[in-house]
Amino acid sequence: MNTTTESKDPIPVSAGSFQSGRNRLRIEKEDICIEARNLNLYYGKDQALKNINMQIPHNRVTAFIGPSGCGKSTLLRCFNRMNDLIDICRIEGEILIDGQDIQAREVDVAEHRRRVGMVFQKPNPFPKSIFENVAYGLRLQGVNDKRKLSEVVENSLRAAALWDEVKDRLDDNAFGLSGGQQQRLVIARAIAIEPEVVLLDEPCSALDPISTAKVEELIIELKEKYTIIIVTHNMQQAARVSDFTAYMYMGELIEFEDTAHLFTNPRQQATEDYITGRYG
Amino acid sequence: MKFKTWVKSGDPWIWMIGGALGISLIMVVGLLSLIAVRGFAHFWPSPLVLTTATLEDGSLTQILGEVAEQETLPAQRIREAGGDVPEDAVLATRYLFKIGNREINSRDFVWHLESALSEWTYPEEAVVLERRKGGNFYGFPVRLQYDGELVAEGDVLWPELQSMISSKAELAEQIQRIEDQEIGRINKGLEELRLIERGLDYNNVVGSERSEAMAELDARRAELDADYEVLRQERNRLQQEARRGVLVLRTANDENVSVAVVDIIKASRNNAMGLGGKLAFYGGNIKDFLTGFPREANTEGGIFPAIFGTVTMVLIMSVLVTPFGVLAAIYLREYATQGPVLKAIRVSVYNLAGVPSIVFGVFGLGFFVYLMGGSIDALFFPERLPAPTFGTPGLFWASLTLALLTLPVVIVSTEEGLARIPRTIREGSLALGATKWETLWKVVIPLSAPAMMTGLILAVARAAGEVAPLMLVGVVKLAPSLPVDGEFPYVHLERKIMHLGFHIYDVGFQSPNVEAARPLVYATALTLVVLILILNLTAISIRNRLREKYRSQGD
Repeated sequence: MNTTTESKDPIPVSAGSFQSGRNRLRIEKEDICIEARNLNLYYGKDQALKNINMQIPHNRVTAFIGPSGCGKSTLLRCFNRMNDLIDICRIEGEILIDGQDIQAREVDVAEHRRRVGMVFQKPNPFPKSIFENVAYGLRLQGVNDKRKLSEVVENSLRAAALWDEVKDRLDDNAFGLSGGQQQRLVIARAIAIEPEVVLLDEPCSALDPISTAKVEELIIELKEKYTIIIVTHNMQQAARVSDFTAYMYMGELIEFEDTAHLFTNPRQQATEDYITGRYG
Repeated sequence: MKFKTWVKSGDPWIWMIGGALGISLIMVVGLLSLIAVRGFAHFWPSPLVLTTATLEDGSLTQILGEVAEQETLPAQRIREAGGDVPEDAVLATRYLFKIGNREINSRDFVWHLESALSEWTYPEEAVVLERRKGGNFYGFPVRLQYDGELVAEGDVLWPELQSMISSKAELAEQIQRIEDQEIGRINKGLEELRLIERGLDYNNVVGSERSEAMAELDARRAELDADYEVLRQERNRLQQEARRGVLVLRTANDENVSVAVVDIIKASRNNAMGLGGKLAFYGGNIKDFLTGFPREANTEGGIFPAIFGTVTMVLIMSVLVTPFGVLAAIYLREYATQGPVLKAIRVSVYNLAGVPSIVFGVFGLGFFVYLMGGSIDALFFPERLPAPTFGTPGLFWASLTLALLTLPVVIVSTEEGLARIPRTIREGSLALGATKWETLWKVVIPLSAPAMMTGLILAVARAAGEVAPLMLVGVVKLAPSLPVDGEFPYVHLERKIMHLGFHIYDVGFQSPNVEAARPLVYATALTLVVLILILNLTAISIRNRLREKYRSQGD
């Protein structure tokens, strides 16, 4: 992995390390994973995203913050084409992942979504056993070998820090898990198919503080292997887990910057108002 | 002021709501208990009354029988009807006696005024015989004969009679088996041969090929005829054997009557039975009612074919309506483009539920039976024409008509079930690279299975109680055979069936013997209600198990 820091220091990821003086992270061309070019999105006549241009790097955690209705979830959902499900939604502009236009006609949506996994605000396990929940994506790909499935399920659950809690009841219904466990299960389910990108849409908003801490830890671990984008309302969370932060307001990308810099030294007045709580 | 606060507190509304619920409950419970009491009472061995009645011409007659009904009327009304009531009486009570003995009496039931009756006695030795034909017989057993020779008399008569009844019942069963199965098999063989011959005509087979075929047919026919002859002789022998045991009884009016023992199904001395004996007899009666076949134009015997027909029809209907309804609902909810056309379709489907059921019956008869059934006959069974096979009302068409009738119910509940599945669950599946179809099949449909079951429950409840359309498309007063039996192909979709709902109508309103049929109406109605209850409870328990399985934490 190419570190893109101007210094070779490890990237600070906790809020406590926001001190001025550290050099800004920059995004080099070869690090770009996802790129949006002149992206406009309309729901019927309402424009939800306005001329978004951004570049999201590989193997980093990128956070989208902003007030409710600012379009951050919509933008996230563009990346795995979830907006296709909404009839009245219309997209202009380009979204490139690894240089490939994901909106192109020849792109197989299901195949694309395998590469770009997503975890939602509310835990949404399937009405199946814990094992089958994690194995779901593999079974879709036609993997039915029991040994292979067990291996992947175990690895994914370990990666999601859930294995020790559920290893004795893999055949129980997933609905029996607590909310925090369900959310980690859903993350395990998403990484079981080894996507390149994991999109997290307010993954902790329905969780208690302890579960939230666990999921946050998990996110930081996962960036070793995956490119992660997280939408959050919680600015402390963004500060804790992300390397880059995008502040959005009214469908526009106001500021996209190294997290430490954005929180300590925002360039835009609007960003500063928001993060200091003066917004609205 | 006080009244105003009372109104404001909402109490009057609570009283009103509670009252409405109470009235509904009272009505339902009242209806069910009326049916239950009347239905169950029919099977209880009632006491046999012996009394003397003075007839209008002044002559006396002895009466032995059961009291079926009693009513108290204004004396004036009875006088107007020609009854003989004392001058000073204002009210008069009259009793309806079931006296049976059709070979002597012109009617099974007679009314007598209380004032015309002498004192009632309950002689212990009085018996009631339930017979295969000719209705009940009431009398006093005198002696048991075999080939004209005395077998038993006095004290030993009763046990001897019971054992002879059961041995003769076996004989009767054997005869029945020969007639129904063996001779039935031969008839079926002959019918097949006839059809093969018709087929030859139909396919214009001529010349040597035809004569060869005909020779073979004739040979097989002769074989069957020979078989038949053997069976016929066997049957006649058994019948003669069966007729040899005879019970001689004395009626209340001192006439001697002989009854072949083989005709007796049950003999009971109701007055001599203790409570335990009565309970056992009662249980036996209920069992016979539920498992027996009807006799005497449905006014006696059991209702098993009707229960069986109802259940079979409902099951086939469920098998037909569920896939259609579920698929239609999935298309409407998941795939169809939402818009005015879809809205119109949906409204039409919902309104289909309000179409009177007889309209479905007429449609079923015209479209399914005559058009579809007729086409099936013309294509697959041409040699049987003009006798129809599927082109006549039958089980399958009845089930199909009911499936059509209940389709809206299933569609509506399935659609509601699909609409209730949270979007996040679908998105979760799609985000893992599932296609829309995979998401539907693996996640959405299992989750909405309870809703589909709800639709099916409503459909079953509606279908099991439906009568009007069935009269047109396959239900008859008396079906010669059950729709499922040991003969290939085991389920005979083309056969006509009996149905509890229609049975109630038939027994209650089309019966030649209204007095005898009335308790059967209650008993049959009770059976129908219980059957629907059982079907529903089964479906509900399946649904609850599904719900338990797919219960999600969020909702």
